[in-house]
Amino acid sequence: MGNDDLRKQLAEQYRWGFVTDIEQDTAPLGLSEDIVRLISAKKGEPEFMLEWRLRAYRHWLTLKEPGWSTVRHAPIDYQGIHYYAAPRGSAGPKSLAEVDPQLLATYEKLGIPLAEREALAGVAVDAVFDSVSVATTFKDKLEKLGIVFCSFSEAVHKHPDLVRQYLGSVVPHTDNFFASLNSAVFSDGSFVYVPKGVRCPMELSTYFRINARNSGQFERTLIVADEGAYVSYLEGCTAPMRDENQLHAAVVELVALKDARIKYSTVQNWYPGDAEGRGGIYNFVTKRGECRGERAHISWTQVETGSAITWKYPSCVLTGDGSVGEFYSVALTNNRQQADTGTKMIHVGRDTRSTIVSKGISAGRGSNAYRGLVKVLKGADNARNHSQCDSLLMGPDCAAHTFPTIEVKNPSARVEHEASTSRIGEDQLFYLRSRGLSEEDAVGLIVNGFCKEVFNELPMEFAVEAQKLLAVSLEGAVG
Amino acid sequence: MLTIHDLHVSIQGRPILQGIDLAVKPGEVHAIMGPNGSGKSTLAQVLAGRSGYEVTRGEVTYLDHDLLALAPEERARAGLFLAFQYPLEIPGVANVQLLRTALNAVRRARGQEEMDAFDFLEYVKDKLALLEMDDALLYRAVNEGFSGGEKKRNEILQMAVLEPRLAILDETDSGLDIDALRVVAHGVNVLKGADQAIVLVTHYQRLLDHVVPDYVHVLSEGRIVCSGDRDLALELEEKGYAWLNDEAAHTEPHP
Repeated sequence: MGNDDLRKQLAEQYRWGFVTDIEQDTAPLGLSEDIVRLISAKKGEPEFMLEWRLRAYRHWLTLKEPGWSTVRHAPIDYQGIHYYAAPRGSAGPKSLAEVDPQLLATYEKLGIPLAEREALAGVAVDAVFDSVSVATTFKDKLEKLGIVFCSFSEAVHKHPDLVRQYLGSVVPHTDNFFASLNSAVFSDGSFVYVPKGVRCPMELSTYFRINARNSGQFERTLIVADEGAYVSYLEGCTAPMRDENQLHAAVVELVALKDARIKYSTVQNWYPGDAEGRGGIYNFVTKRGECRGERAHISWTQVETGSAITWKYPSCVLTGDGSVGEFYSVALTNNRQQADTGTKMIHVGRDTRSTIVSKGISAGRGSNAYRGLVKVLKGADNARNHSQCDSLLMGPDCAAHTFPTIEVKNPSARVEHEASTSRIGEDQLFYLRSRGLSEEDAVGLIVNGFCKEVFNELPMEFAVEAQKLLAVSLEGAVG
Repeated sequence: MLTIHDLHVSIQGRPILQGIDLAVKPGEVHAIMGPNGSGKSTLAQVLAGRSGYEVTRGEVTYLDHDLLALAPEERARAGLFLAFQYPLEIPGVANVQLLRTALNAVRRARGQEEMDAFDFLEYVKDKLALLEMDDALLYRAVNEGFSGGEKKRNEILQMAVLEPRLAILDETDSGLDIDALRVVAHGVNVLKGADQAIVLVTHYQRLLDHVVPDYVHVLSEGRIVCSGDRDLALELEEKGYAWLNDEAAHTEPHP
């Protein structure tokens, strides 16, 4: 093995590594109360938001960066980051015609369907370029159903009561180091509210993109599904190539009321760094949903192929009786990528059920850890959990770890955990190659087979994209 | 079609094949027989391009290719097919997916258009009918949970779909009941044509009752010690391989 083709692919650089040349409106380096005030002022926020940010900032000062995960990185200089950057003249374009053509060209390169294409695809896009949302489509159609889908900033102005009611109600400003930081300085993000009994007719989608040099990206997403509502939300990311590590600390909060269902799907492909791990994104994300009413249902599906470091545990708090939480995850690490990811399922209500399917793929010198907590509280009669954690190893230098924690305080609970580790064998590869498949295609087929249960949970188009992403991420991993 | 000249192969320095000469022409069926450990499977694996074997001498020409210089997938795309003695399991990958991916890889190499999912389904269903196999086989994960016989049949299905020029069957008959043996033989006979050649690697002669070989070669200690027509296979069956080793000791000149 290890022919010229393979070497070429190995040397191939991150395909989407380009930087758009747009003037930035950037805050000075570093973080202080003044910067928090500046951000809030820039966004013209009401008083309650500023106060909330300041409380978060003051709390953050008392916290230390967590050290319990398996990820290792050089110290992050929190004073060496620009906490606010917005494309110039971003007072808010009313239509695509008002959007900077260069910005649109960037999306074009990423294959984001922002123009008419998204109408065909049936996807409404709330595109985030650095920190400010620049275009929101399909809003009118959604508005007729009473669905709010807009940038967080817009929600703060137009729906302050909803924001006030739900912001921080799942991930409080004191939750953890990165969540507190986010609460203090978050620049923008998405807000979704689906009213009672409404089924959102299209997949809602946001593309995140980090562009400004040295600007940490602090997104905040809040999705509320009122009683009996349904919404499926897609999040997908690519980022341009950079030399220095970029910090990303997002917070996503989901609230599902009685009989509501939220399906949140992520395909994450941020720049993982070069073969030595230089320049990749640090991705420290807090994602949590609460099934706040009876029979509410939240499912997280994620395909994580990017970032130098991924630290992320999309979780479900199953408060409502009979509510359901699901977590389907594929995490791939190649070269020197590190992923410490998993979920927490907190069973509070009676007859609550949760399912965890985690697939970790390690290649090169990648390190992949599953960290999960299944907690059944005293009142959670008949709680059920099934967890399945599978690891696939490629090559001799990678690592896989599994850290499942189970805490059961109710004797009627039933909690099951299965785990497996396998290796892509020479024999399997030879078998497929002897049928005419290239080595890359053979690896792709095996990996996609391994991830099938998770891909089945993704919306169709996303599943196709995810398969491609895995193939690209694994180029040169064997040989 | 296939010319093997003075092929010497070692595994980790241990010689396995010690000077194989063999010529296979289009339309021919060759059977390679021999006792366990004679190098039959090694020959099949080397022809398909498995790594870990060291060719220390000799050459192999397939069509116009220097076969040993080609990657396994290039051999497959050039029409060479190996039915594995121990087919591998690929969890989560549906049989139909592998079959179509493989066929399209071969078609691309032949300069043909790829087959879409609908056309392929029709194509593969014809093949299944031909082999008297169940459609349900298509949607099961490749060889996962298959019985020994099902795995062998699945190899024949792959062969039928890929329509190779040269098919090498590595002990495809071993461990098969008589029905499965009949299916396998039928598949081989369907494939057989003026342009195709088949090499059957087998321990027993019973497959040769169903697929009549033009030539039978007996391999012993890495050499072809005896060649003949199908009567040779019957003779072997009667007298056993031990007879042959005695014979070989008398007839083979030692280097």
